[in-house]
Amino acid sequence: MSYTVKNLSQGDRELIAFRIGDQEFCVNIMSVREIRGWTPATAMPHSPAHMKGVINLRGAILPIIDLSARLGMKPAEPSVRHVIIVAQVRRKVVGLLVDAVSDILTVTDDNIQPTPEVSSDIERQFARGILAIEKRMICLVELEALFPDTESEAA
Amino acid sequence: MDMNEIKEIFFQECEEQLAELESGLMKMNDGDRDPETVNAVFRAVHSIKGGAGAFGLDDLVAFAHVFETTLDCVRSNRLEPTQDVLKVMLKSADVLADLTNAARDGGSVDESRSRGLVKELEALANGELPSPSTAAEAPTPKPVAKAALAPTPVAEATKAADDSGFQPIPFSFDDFGEEEAGSGLPVYEITFKPRSDLYSKGNDATLLLRDLSRLGEMSSYCNIEDLPGLDDLDAEAAYFSWNITLKTDKGEDAIHAVFEFAEWDCDLAVKAVEAATSISSNDELPMIPVPFDLSILDEGAVEAPAEPKSDAAAAVAAAEAASNVTQMAAAAARVEKKESAASAAASAAAAAQNNAAAGQTIRVDLDRVDRLINLVGELVINQAMLSQSVIENDTTGTSSINMGLEELQQLTREIQDSVMAIRAQPVKPVFQRMSRIVREIADMTGKTIRLITEGENTEVDKTVIDKLAEPLTHMIRNAVDHGIETPEKRAAAGKNTEGTVRLTAKHRSGRILIELADDGAGINREKVRQKAIDNDLIPADANLSDEEIDNLIFLPGFSTADKISDISGRGVGMDVVKRSIQALGGRINITSRPGHGSVFTMSLPLTLAVLDGMVVTVAGQTLVVPLTAIVETLQPEAAAIHSFGANHRLISIRNSFCPLVDVGRILNFRATQANPVEGVALLVESEGGGQRALMVDAIQGQRQVVIKSLEANYTHVPGIAAATILGDGRVALILDVDAVVGASRGQALKPEMSLAAAG
Repeated sequence: MSYTVKNLSQGDRELIAFRIGDQEFCVNIMSVREIRGWTPATAMPHSPAHMKGVINLRGAILPIIDLSARLGMKPAEPSVRHVIIVAQVRRKVVGLLVDAVSDILTVTDDNIQPTPEVSSDIERQFARGILAIEKRMICLVELEALFPDTESEAA
Repeated sequence: MDMNEIKEIFFQECEEQLAELESGLMKMNDGDRDPETVNAVFRAVHSIKGGAGAFGLDDLVAFAHVFETTLDCVRSNRLEPTQDVLKVMLKSADVLADLTNAARDGGSVDESRSRGLVKELEALANGELPSPSTAAEAPTPKPVAKAALAPTPVAEATKAADDSGFQPIPFSFDDFGEEEAGSGLPVYEITFKPRSDLYSKGNDATLLLRDLSRLGEMSSYCNIEDLPGLDDLDAEAAYFSWNITLKTDKGEDAIHAVFEFAEWDCDLAVKAVEAATSISSNDELPMIPVPFDLSILDEGAVEAPAEPKSDAAAAVAAAEAASNVTQMAAAAARVEKKESAASAAASAAAAAQNNAAAGQTIRVDLDRVDRLINLVGELVINQAMLSQSVIENDTTGTSSINMGLEELQQLTREIQDSVMAIRAQPVKPVFQRMSRIVREIADMTGKTIRLITEGENTEVDKTVIDKLAEPLTHMIRNAVDHGIETPEKRAAAGKNTEGTVRLTAKHRSGRILIELADDGAGINREKVRQKAIDNDLIPADANLSDEEIDNLIFLPGFSTADKISDISGRGVGMDVVKRSIQALGGRINITSRPGHGSVFTMSLPLTLAVLDGMVVTVAGQTLVVPLTAIVETLQPEAAAIHSFGANHRLISIRNSFCPLVDVGRILNFRATQANPVEGVALLVESEGGGQRALMVDAIQGQRQVVIKSLEANYTHVPGIAAATILGDGRVALILDVDAVVGASRGQALKPEMSLAAAG
C-alpha cells in the first residue's frame, strides 16, 4: 500500500466539496473532523428550523445543523443516504447535514473567484468565493460566518 | 526535572502555605491562642522565605523575613496577638500572597502598601503598640462562640483558661494524661456484660455503646475471654463484655438511662472513680480493640487501623465486628494474641491521633482525574446498554448473567462514587479567599466588617468550587459596599458599628446550599422599584410583591449604587452573577428585611457529572427529570382535574390545588395540551417555593445519568438543564424543572441567541 503525500505549496488549500440539492458547496478540510452517516437526532425544544437536534458522538453532545435550511434553502428530510460532516467551528464541534460528499479538491487562491454580487444577504454572508472546476460551480462556504461567535458576551 | 518544574512545585507549595497562614491567622483572630496555631503560622512564612531564598526571589525573602521576625515575637510571648496586631498580620499575609503571585506570573505589587506594612511589622517587633487611635477603638480580643475546632483536649484546656486572661503555655504530648485528668470531669468505670436475652429482645450492644459514647469522652475495652472455640460456639449466645471508662458531666443517671431498656438483660456495674486515677493509671483501659481482621490468623503482628479513629468510634467498630457472628472464628483465634495485639493497636491509634486528622494526600494533575471521570461515565453508559440488551434478549433461564450484571451495576456505581469523591473538595479555599476581599473592601470603604464562615468543610466538586469564586466575590463586594452601612449610620440606627457578613455552606438534599447574609440596611425597595421603572424594566403601574421587587436586582442592566464606586460598578451586575450560578445548574434567591440586612441563597449541584433521574416520555421524546426535584408521582383521575380560567388547569391533591403544567406544551413539542388523565403527574417543588404538577405521558424508570454539557458544542436551551446519553446510545434531554415551573408562571422560555440560531 502506498501513500501519495501531496506537497501543498504556499497558497494551496484542500477543500471538501459536498452536495445540497443540485448545488455544490465546499469547506476548508482543516475544519472537518470526520464524516458519518445520518442517525436520528434528539429534537431540541425552542430551536430554529435548521436545528435538527443533537446526537451522541462518542460521549459528546453534537448539534446537527441542516445546512440546506441554514443557507435559506428547502429543509432536508434526512434519510439513511444523508451524510453528517463533523466540523470544528471555533471551539465548538457541529454536525452539518448535507446530501452527499462529492469531492476533495486541491486549489490555489487563484482558482477562487470573488463572490458575484447578488441581492440576498444570506449568500453574501456565508460565501467566500466561487470555484469553477470542470464546468461545475462550487461555492466556498465560511463556517465561521454561518455560526457567529456568541461567547463574547461573557463579562 | 528542570528548574522551571522545581519552581512550579515551590509555587504550588506556597499556595498551600499561604492558605495555612491565612487560616491560622483567622483562628488567632477568633481568639485561638494555641501555641501550635502560632507555630503553624510561623512555619508557613518561614518555609516560603526558605524556598524564595533558594530561587533568589529577593523581594519575597525580604518581606517574609520581616514578617517572620514579628511572628517570632508572638511565638515567644513578647508580643500579645491583639486584634490590631492580627490586622497588620492579615494584611501582611495578603501582601505575601501578592508577592508570591508577582514572582510567579510577573507583574508588580503595590510597593507603598508593602513598605508601609514592613514599617508596621518592624514597629510591632520593636515592642511598639499599634498607633493609639486604632488601639483606642479596638475591642479587646474576645473569644467567639464559633471558635475553630480545637483538635486536642489540651487545646481546649488552654482556650478555656484564656477567658481569664491566661497566657498561652507551651506543652508537649507527654503530659497528655495529666492534662486530661486535671480537666476535672467525673470519670465512671462501667462494666457491661450482655446476656443472650439482650440480643434476642432486639437490643444491640453496638447501639448502646454508641449512645454511651455520646455522653462524653469514652474509651472501652471488649473482653472476649469467654468466647469458646468454634465447635462450641452458640450463635445466639452472648460472649462479650465491655470495660468502659467514660468521662462525663452528665451524671450516673444519664448512664443508666442509656441502658434503660436493657438493664434487665445484662450485668451492668457503674462505678464513679476519682478523676486522678483515670486512664493512665490503668494499664488495660487505653487498649483499643481494632476491628477483627482475618489476616491475624497467619501473622503475629496486627496491622494498624487504616484510619485514625477516636476511642469511642473504635469501640463501636469493635462491637459491630463482634456482633457479627461470621467473624467470631477470627476473634476466637485472636484470644491468645490479645494482649500484644491490643497494645499494638493502642500505640497505633495514639500515633494516628498525634498526626491529627490530616490524611495522606497526593497531588494529581486535574486532567488525569477528568480523563478517569470521563471513562467512568462511558462505563456507566455501557453498563446501562448491556443491561438493556440483556433485558431485551430475555434470558430467563440464565440467572448467572443477571447476577453478574447486578454485580457489575453495583461496582460501576461504586467506582463512580469513588471517582467523584476524588474531585470533591471542601469549599474552604474559596471561603478563605473571601475573607481577604472583605478585609480589602472594608479598608477602602472605612467600614468595620467581621466575616463569619460556617461549614467550610462542606465538600463539593472541584469544578463547582472553581466557578463559585467569581460570583461569590462579586456578591461579597456588593454586600460590603452597598449592603452594610457606614459605622456612623449603623450607630445612628442603634446597631453594632461592626458589620457582619456571614457565609455558610451546607448540604441539603443532594445539593449544596451557600448562604451569604449581611446585617446591613437591606434592599431599599422603593428605590429599586423606581430604578426598574426608570430603566423600563417594569411598567410604572406594575403591582409587585416584596419578593418580586427584591429579585429585580437580578435583571440585566440594574445597579442600585447611586454612583459607580471603585469597588463595584465594573459593568458586572447581579445579572451576571445569576447567569454564572445558572450555568452551574444552580439557582440564586434573595430575601431582604429592610433595616436588618439581606440573605442571598445559592443552591448548587454537588457535582456537574452525574445525577439521579426519572426517565419519562413526553410527546414521543425521552426526557430525564432530576429526582431531587420530584416530590411524588401520581396518576391523575378525571375528578381531580379542575379548569381554572381559560387556559389553566389545577389538580387537587389532598384538598389543595396545584397548577398542572404540560411539559410537552411548554417545550413546544406539541401544539395542544395533552389530556392529563392519560398521563402521569410529577409533583415537583421548585427552589422558589411552590409546587407544580408536571404532566408527562409515561414514566420509563429511574436511572443514574451522566450529565453531558449542551453548551460545549451548542448553547444553553431554556427549559433544558443538560443532556445525557441513554443505554441505546441516543441523547436524552435533562429537564430544567425550575425553568419550566418559571415558564408556567408566565416567564416565557425564550430561545436565546445561539450558535445555531444566530444569523
